[in-house]
Amino acid sequence: MSVNVKIPTQLRAATDGEPIAVVDGGTVGEVLEALYERFGELKARIADENGLRKFVNVYVAGEDIRFLEGVDTPVPNGGEITILPAVAGGC
Amino acid sequence: MPPEALRCKECKTEYPLDARYVCEQCFGPLEVKYASRAGSDPAELKRRIQAGPHSIWRYADFLPVEHPTSALASGWTPLIKADRLAKELGIGELWVKNDAANPTHSFKDRVVSVALARALELGFKTIACASTGNLANAVAAHAAAAGLESYVFIPSDLEEQKILATGIYGTNLVAVNGNYDDVNRLCTELSGDHEWAFVNINMRPYYAEGSKTLAFEIAEQLGFELPDRIVAPIASGSLFTKLARGFEEWVEVGLLSGETPTFNGAQAEGCSPVATAFRDGQDFCKPVKPDTIAKSLAIGNPADGPYALELARRSGGSIDAVTDDEIRDGIKLLAQTTGIFTETAGGVTTAVLRKLALRGDIGPDERVVAVITGEGLKTLECARGTFEAWEIEPSATAFEQARERLAVPA
Repeated sequence: MSVNVKIPTQLRAATDGEPIAVVDGGTVGEVLEALYERFGELKARIADENGLRKFVNVYVAGEDIRFLEGVDTPVPNGGEITILPAVAGGC
Repeated sequence: MPPEALRCKECKTEYPLDARYVCEQCFGPLEVKYASRAGSDPAELKRRIQAGPHSIWRYADFLPVEHPTSALASGWTPLIKADRLAKELGIGELWVKNDAANPTHSFKDRVVSVALARALELGFKTIACASTGNLANAVAAHAAAAGLESYVFIPSDLEEQKILATGIYGTNLVAVNGNYDDVNRLCTELSGDHEWAFVNINMRPYYAEGSKTLAFEIAEQLGFELPDRIVAPIASGSLFTKLARGFEEWVEVGLLSGETPTFNGAQAEGCSPVATAFRDGQDFCKPVKPDTIAKSLAIGNPADGPYALELARRSGGSIDAVTDDEIRDGIKLLAQTTGIFTETAGGVTTAVLRKLALRGDIGPDERVVAVITGEGLKTLECARGTFEAWEIEPSATAFEQARERLAVPA
């Protein structure tokens, strides 16, 4: 079950500059855990003791996981997860 | 009081004053940090303001740019005493800040002016934005005036007036099949891959500062006094929170004295994540899929939601939502009592003002300012069906007959 995770520029210092990480996992939560395992620094930046930090948005195939099943959202084999800062945009 | 750094609102990590908007340590939003204002002389500051141009740049001492100029001047819009509307709603003293009187007819000219000035200082050749319409107009126009290339991303279902009033400036207009939040996600991704100044993404800390000029103008136009209450729309919550910041900065330097006004936020029921969180006592907003005629406020995932909630609570205000019918009525009420024809966002603000008045939230001695952020000609569809034109033959008899049947009293 390999999944492509798009890493925003602000986090690439923690992923050795990689814009896309390919990791295994069947849900968003499993994919994130696999990411944290590979890139030790990443976890502290986007998660705290309560899970994902409040200014982090995660999308599966373009849909915000808060409209799906949160970190339990299933991710298909070969699927795409995008991590982005939440503070963009607006008026 | 020059700007010193960008600083994370959450963990306080500092960064240089370049094109960035998010903290790399905790993903919190960055804002501009200024040098200490301790010991500044309010009389001298006032003199500098009053000697300045009739545009937002008269407040350059409080803005994060080194060269405060723009090809298209923004701001210095009228503050109108709305006595007829005040009487209608039973409010003691009511003012309407008509920010439709900007070059592209919304408050967005303010924020774009600041973002563009800073983008030029940082050497950018292309500016861009994710927009619900008003920002699209402003970015396209200001880029044209400055001779810069621009890319404007909008949801494809935007009001026709806003699309036409953007494309005419010769921008690269990208209509995305999705809602604003989809457009915003796309632009957030693109901003990492292109060397462009996205005014409300990588330039957001500077852009947001432009909204403070609305507060500065209101205070100056009131004779360097604070209002008691502000009623303003909330989309992302940036304008709402920066209005308070503007007043508070002027209290800090001694240009104003008194308490932060009570802040009432206005949302449309069809997109009210901040009003819902306020009602439910939450300090964070649950995103929603917008469905409202107030498309300029249709942000389902508001970036500054938590800060808007905090402001409404600490200032003793509220965040209320109104239905699409109430919005249409609000547009009509403002037009028929003040002569100001606003777009749907202004209808939301006026409808919430009425709601507050009916609920008894507004004291009889209060000085209230309603912030009208945009122009009615951009959302014309809302006026359709709200009145009847007299179609007559060209004869005096036909006119008198029609008059008997259809005349509207003052």
